[in-house]
Amino acid sequence: MAYVAIADRDVHLHDPQTFVTKYIWSQDHKVIAIQYSVTAIAVGLVALVLSGMMRLQLGFPNTFSFITPSNYLQFITMHGMIMVIYLLTALFLGGFGNYLVPLMVGARDMVFPYMNMLSYRVYLLSVLVLRASCVVPGGPTGAGWTLYPPQAVLPGTSGAGLGIILMLVSLAIFIVAFTMGGLNYVTTILQARCRGMTLLRLPLTVWGIFMATILGLLAFPALLVSAIMMILDSVLGTSFFMPAVVSMGKGLKYDGGSPVLFQHLFWFFGHPEVYIVALPAFGIVSDLLSVHARKNIFGYRMMVWAILAIGCLSFVVWAHHMYVSGMNPYFGYFFATTTLIIAIPTAIKVYNWVLTLWHGDIHLRVPMLFAIGFIFTFVHGGLTGLFLGNVTVDLPLSDTYFVVGHFHMVMGVSPILVVFGAIYHWYPKITGRMLNEALGKLHFWATFLGAYAVYLPMHYLGILGVPRRYYALGDTAFIPNSVHDVNVAITVAALVIAAAQLVFLFNLVWSLAHGREAGSNPWGATTLEWQTPDTPPKHGNWGARLPVAYRWAYEFSVPGARSDFIPQNEPPEAPGGREHGAKP
Amino acid sequence: MSVAALFALVAVGIVGWWLFARQLTAKPWEKRQIESDNASGGAALALPAARVGLWLLLAVMTSFFGLLISAYGMRMELADWRPLAVPDLLWANTAMLLASSAAFQWTRWAVARGHAEGVAAGLVLSGLFAFAFLAGQVLAWQQLHASGQFLASNAAAAFFYLLTGLHGLHLAGGLAVWGRTTARIWRIRARLEDVRLSIELCALYWHFLLAVWLVLFAVLMSGTSLTSAFLDICSAIVKAL
Repeated sequence: MAYVAIADRDVHLHDPQTFVTKYIWSQDHKVIAIQYSVTAIAVGLVALVLSGMMRLQLGFPNTFSFITPSNYLQFITMHGMIMVIYLLTALFLGGFGNYLVPLMVGARDMVFPYMNMLSYRVYLLSVLVLRASCVVPGGPTGAGWTLYPPQAVLPGTSGAGLGIILMLVSLAIFIVAFTMGGLNYVTTILQARCRGMTLLRLPLTVWGIFMATILGLLAFPALLVSAIMMILDSVLGTSFFMPAVVSMGKGLKYDGGSPVLFQHLFWFFGHPEVYIVALPAFGIVSDLLSVHARKNIFGYRMMVWAILAIGCLSFVVWAHHMYVSGMNPYFGYFFATTTLIIAIPTAIKVYNWVLTLWHGDIHLRVPMLFAIGFIFTFVHGGLTGLFLGNVTVDLPLSDTYFVVGHFHMVMGVSPILVVFGAIYHWYPKITGRMLNEALGKLHFWATFLGAYAVYLPMHYLGILGVPRRYYALGDTAFIPNSVHDVNVAITVAALVIAAAQLVFLFNLVWSLAHGREAGSNPWGATTLEWQTPDTPPKHGNWGARLPVAYRWAYEFSVPGARSDFIPQNEPPEAPGGREHGAKP
Repeated sequence: MSVAALFALVAVGIVGWWLFARQLTAKPWEKRQIESDNASGGAALALPAARVGLWLLLAVMTSFFGLLISAYGMRMELADWRPLAVPDLLWANTAMLLASSAAFQWTRWAVARGHAEGVAAGLVLSGLFAFAFLAGQVLAWQQLHASGQFLASNAAAAFFYLLTGLHGLHLAGGLAVWGRTTARIWRIRARLEDVRLSIELCALYWHFLLAVWLVLFAVLMSGTSLTSAFLDICSAIVKAL
């Protein structure tokens, strides 16, 4: 199809004039990305503090009088919801997606800059509504991050009145924000690529963000539908999800609703959500490994296909979260099968990451440490996922710490390690300065080893049958004293990790002024964002002329080339010169 | 749910297939591929970005309404389901929405012919019919309310208000864009080229909402089971042939 230079059209570039239009109401994708990231990290810190409080209670029960059982459940709920949606989804797509997509595809900005700005504003509103739910009478909801009815709206669950309503309203607002952002990312990737940037020349980061956004666009409506219906149940007394219930001795007005219907809707969103968080991480980690091992990514096409396959399969596995809800065995059999099938493209990706390292010129710089750390934690969490995908294994383990260990390893620690790696990797482009290497290594080792110290023992607790979601274990025959010792150890490790994040935050702020000057391309990377005329890139990204892509994103260590990388926008040499195009 | 899963799979599949058929099998590191890529310049769809954006939005909305219908279908299977007698007024409303969509299509053709008066008249007509549809829906709500059915009274009534309400909200959103376009034509006498895309996209959105309404209408009248209603429709079509 003919090339249509949408990106190159002489459009009004909404140039910022004042401080307010430049930093507050900016339509520049880079400023919006930073706004998204700062907001997401700020709200993520709240969730981190909440997890610290939960660990204090679990490690030292009967010690902290300010943590009541209902507080504890509120902490769980807010921690889970914030980490999954308001931190990871917003940071990967609103933050990295916004910053990297236009730069990597060679565009001046997103195709709908005004909507992009609106997307951040609406996201901010959703965060504020979420925070507001913490100060209303009754406090935030304590229904667990899955918000299962009927308990989520029944008196007796904390925040059953305003708390749950604000939670659902906040989610609905978030989905509107995400949809505005998501339409932007996908349209920009499809329509605003620079000349020469074919789909298979896109870096895997863009592929990951592309597929994750499509998943989000199709899956978030399920959460929206369930949020709208639950708000109606809670406010107007409909019975979409609420069965006939006797609560505290008296029958409620509800009749005939189906709680399982909510579970289907929630997990129809919830499972793709795992990949909405994982796919950008997959993409980013592929690029980090390739750049820092000075080697082209192993099996690039297979990596792209795997991303697409995982995206499709993620829509047909949702009920593996519902094995314990009591389902037809054939239904469970179907979902166990699809769940195990999704391991195939995922395993392909893991093999390819490892094979990219094979015989690579590995530079163990901080982003690379995080990328390699990700391979460990992801393999670990992925393998326990194979256990849990089987109905018969899942049933006894479902309500134990085994599941807590599993999902934190696979979609907590793993994506967060990639987030850190990505920040260390792209911070020089965003600010023009390097992050401090020594502090970065300290941060990495504390976080990586700490994550194992926290989550590995949880698997053993789970196999012992220690139930999750409990405020205190009390005196229970099957729980030996060693469990309490392990809980103390986990709590100490968790607090150490939390403290290590302060090192990271200090590094972020300190390096803004004191970091080493980065130059335009400190890692010797090939992709377009490192080839901008200015660092940090100015408004409009490319100066007078848009870049042209002449090659794919992984020209590292090409035999006979002058340097060990060839940027995507470097023209091929004249005939007779050395060849750059040969397969490395 | 399976309907929604199927839709999501098909949607992702279409995107995947479209990419696949075009270029996903290329080997971007090979010399021959590099030369052909550099010669052709790249590939974006020859469509305005706004149109691609709208198609994506329609996919999102299909997922949204598909999930609502899935939820409706699953709720119907429960033992206590009592179907609702929907007001006859809905037939008249359907006619209004059909007329609105037709008027928009006519406006679109008028733009293509460069017939400025026709465009203005067509826009006003499509808007009026759309408002008539919305007013009719509100009237239907009132009739239902008067007959003692409200949100909390039974499951079918709750779904009726929910589905019609959400569809109406989407149409109201479309009317906001319609209002802006119409105002531009009437007040600042915008040239046809300036509103052409806006009118084309509105028409597409209108047809989509008409299609959604026809499906919702069929679903709301489908008695006690979506599957059997679907089979009835199929057999009726087969017999008619």
